[in-house]
Amino acid sequence: MPFIRFTERPVLRNPWAEFERIRKGLDELSRGYGDRSNWYNQTNVYPALNIYEQGDRLLVTAELPGIAATDLNISLESDTLSIQGKRDNMQTEEHVSYHRREIEAGSFSRSLALPVKINPDNVTASLQNGILTITLMKATEGKPRKIDIVAE
Amino acid sequence: MQNTEKPVVSGENTKGETYYSPMVDIYETPQAVTVVADIPGVTRDGLDISLEDDILTIHGKMTCEIPEGRVLLQEYEAGHFMRRFTIAETIDQSSISANLDKGVLKIVLPKSAPAKPRKIEVQMT
Repeated sequence: MPFIRFTERPVLRNPWAEFERIRKGLDELSRGYGDRSNWYNQTNVYPALNIYEQGDRLLVTAELPGIAATDLNISLESDTLSIQGKRDNMQTEEHVSYHRREIEAGSFSRSLALPVKINPDNVTASLQNGILTITLMKATEGKPRKIDIVAE
Repeated sequence: MQNTEKPVVSGENTKGETYYSPMVDIYETPQAVTVVADIPGVTRDGLDISLEDDILTIHGKMTCEIPEGRVLLQEYEAGHFMRRFTIAETIDQSSISANLDKGVLKIVLPKSAPAKPRKIEVQMT
């Protein structure tokens, strides 16, 4: 028996399709227009992460300006990735008076559950121009596998 | 240094690229005013700092390429960085220096030497 979700039924047979479309549209609206400042205001999570999937690997990137690689601690526990670190921008000079202070300092920690199983022995991280890139290889069971069709 | 930000008066960009206003710290010491700006992902070549009509413009061009592949999570977007400040006349504009390290730009604006106090002798006639 084929498995068809309620919302995926053909429009003609689904009287709620139009409502579903409106609901999806409203969801899009409430998500905002990708306005970054808006995102920052909404959440208190630091750092912001981007995750890309490239075939057999995952790429996690984060903007971490002003943080030395030695102040950054990345760990992987089963399929939870943790990024910890601290940023220190205290001035050592004397007689400093601030006009503006927008850059935040302090320590941060973020953990996230990865969507796939990861090979823990093959994780690399690099920090370049304030951008952190973590490359995680998928575990063998998580890799895409081609299924051959046997012609009879 | 007056920290009034001038609105971007030049016309709108024709390309649909996003511009972000970087977070800055500005502090003053008796010798200089220092501007610190967070511009992650901008390399030295992509950085454009100019001083024109007492307006200091910081423009970091987006150079880092967006990785290929399916996006699973997107919490930040890459873009250009741009911010402008008006520089007071007390800054020695010829000796401004800048330094980029770990995605943090530091511009040092040295103050010009204060005018020496002069004693004016009143001549008796």
